[in-house]
Amino acid sequence: MISAAGLRKAFGRQLALDAVSLEVGAGECVAILGPNGAGKTTLLRILATALRPSAGSLRVGGVDALRDPDAARALLRLVAHGSHLYEELTALENLRFWSAMLAAPGAGSADAAAPRAALAEVGLDAVADERVRTFSAGMKRRLALARGLLGDARALVLDEPASGLDRQGRAWLGGFLARFTGRGGAVVMATHGFEGALEVAARVVVLARGRVVLDRPALALTADGLREAYDEAVAAEMVQ
Amino acid sequence: MSRYAGRAWAVLWKDLLVERRAKESANALLFFTVTLLFLFQFALGTDRERLEAVLPGLLWLAVVLSGLLGLGRLFVAERENDCWEALRLVPGDRSAIFVGKLAANVVLLAMLEVVLVVLVALFYGVALGHALPALAVVMALGTLGLAAIGTLFGALTAPLRAREVLFPVLLLPAQVPVLLGAVSATGTALAGRPLADAQPWLGLLAAADCVYLVLGVLTFEFVLET
Amino acid sequence: MTAARRLGWLAAAALVVGLGAAFGYAPREAVQGNVQRIMYVHVPAVLTAYVAFGLVLVGSVGYLATRALRWDRLAAAAAELGVLFTGITIASGSIWGKPTWGTWWTWDARLTSTAVLFLVYVGYLLLRATADEPERRARFAAVVGIVGAANIPIVHFSVKWWRALHQPSTILGPEPSPIAPPIAHALAANWVAFTLLFAYLLTLRMAVARLEEADAA
Repeated sequence: MISAAGLRKAFGRQLALDAVSLEVGAGECVAILGPNGAGKTTLLRILATALRPSAGSLRVGGVDALRDPDAARALLRLVAHGSHLYEELTALENLRFWSAMLAAPGAGSADAAAPRAALAEVGLDAVADERVRTFSAGMKRRLALARGLLGDARALVLDEPASGLDRQGRAWLGGFLARFTGRGGAVVMATHGFEGALEVAARVVVLARGRVVLDRPALALTADGLREAYDEAVAAEMVQ
Repeated sequence: MSRYAGRAWAVLWKDLLVERRAKESANALLFFTVTLLFLFQFALGTDRERLEAVLPGLLWLAVVLSGLLGLGRLFVAERENDCWEALRLVPGDRSAIFVGKLAANVVLLAMLEVVLVVLVALFYGVALGHALPALAVVMALGTLGLAAIGTLFGALTAPLRAREVLFPVLLLPAQVPVLLGAVSATGTALAGRPLADAQPWLGLLAAADCVYLVLGVLTFEFVLET
Repeated sequence: MTAARRLGWLAAAALVVGLGAAFGYAPREAVQGNVQRIMYVHVPAVLTAYVAFGLVLVGSVGYLATRALRWDRLAAAAAELGVLFTGITIASGSIWGKPTWGTWWTWDARLTSTAVLFLVYVGYLLLRATADEPERRARFAAVVGIVGAANIPIVHFSVKWWRALHQPSTILGPEPSPIAPPIAHALAANWVAFTLLFAYLLTLRMAVARLEEADAA
């Protein structure tokens, strides 16, 4: 679904990403771990076509995303720190707006059902007509994820989706992502929590200093094993 | 309705809805406009004839100054919650966003102008009844031009640190032609003369409106990019 | 000697010829006297300014079409010089106006248009000064440059008609009525000199800009 090779990103003289390659298949969930400043956010933004890499290639759904970012944007949704929501609008109004903006060509305005369906998927139908301003952080996160489902998105790029969520929220998130990948969607997420990553993801990638230092299936790792491998890989990278 | 029109409409609807609900800022802008009328009165004295002579100028000065305060706001509002970035990532032709924002700005300015015209008639005791249709045409043309440039430059300056200073600096010289045209044509309308007398000003306004509209639609993508 | 240096010497030589023609060769004007000689600076300056703003448009469109920064350097350098030459135009117009019309400034069509244009491109330069990232600066400046260029004819007509509306009486315009050959020659000589000077300064400015960019990278 998402196929990145040799991604490099330099900001002036600083190299944020160096030769990063990543494959995410349909129905797969990949978690990206790494210390602060490792380049996780930069990588996610490049995958979501919000940022252009200095070098490398990116294919999304078989399309060259660097040459035709719009085709990629029709398939991907970025859910990042900013909620991309309008505080003065209700949950339903927000989704209706984004549904109109994200509608696929030729869909017409026939997708009137999509906003309500997305609300139901994230369990917010009870508050459909409440203004987002009144929502808690967890509810806003869920609404942001609902926005990610609009327009027939086939891949979600998430930047620390679990941050600010309590235990129940994280459990819900795991379920949500499992349902999404179960329907064939691909997920790439940056996260800090080891347990969360193992529970939810099929594969774990560790990024340090802009480079991939670990890329293993989650099944091959336990929480402690992951922590050890993480520390080792990061330390080795730092020494270089 | 086509996807393009659907998006423009969605943006227009959303912006008007948000403005209506975030009442404080819209009200403040209205209050500013009313205050301007008082200021003009204080600055120019009570000589009725003198005021009537410069009435078109005062009217448009009030619109331009209110525009300086108001035309950029729709884009600054998108900064909250990173909605700007989400709009950038919308697939397809994003100039529909420009059209929607322009329409919203026109509606907001139009509302201010209605209040202005009513208050001007009241405060300065000017009889406007006969001139209203002609006045409406002129104000529509002028507002479209001012808003088109204002929307484009509003989008452009929104991400910059120095936007508060840069927006007026860029906007005012670009609005000079529209201002000249609108003031002259308004003078004709207020004097009760037929609109045909206001040529070539109406032609200028129409031409400027077209140019700014087309430029806005064509260059908006470049402004929206990272 | 590099090409730029040669251009510089050529410009200097042309200026000597031009100004010499302006003060020596061209005749003393009957009505206005020697003050009229300022025209030999004023008119070439405004013509050069228009060329400069035309180049800003070319650079702006070029950048948006190719994303190659050298077009942006062209637009930026041309804008700076355009503002400079417009300033010279306004200043020389003012100096001409004082003894001729008795005032430093008048809202005649040409001066007013030129002043508005001056403001438009000063705004362009201010935008460049406040936008920090080179890529975004180039892109935003290009948009403003295109709008500025589109404005030139609109401003010209609007101000011309505005002037006609407000002052139907004719004012001595800054142009010679019957153009006697010596005057035409001197004018042409100065125009060539100004154009060469402009080309030289443009080349220099773009070279400096390229060095600045390489240094920042």
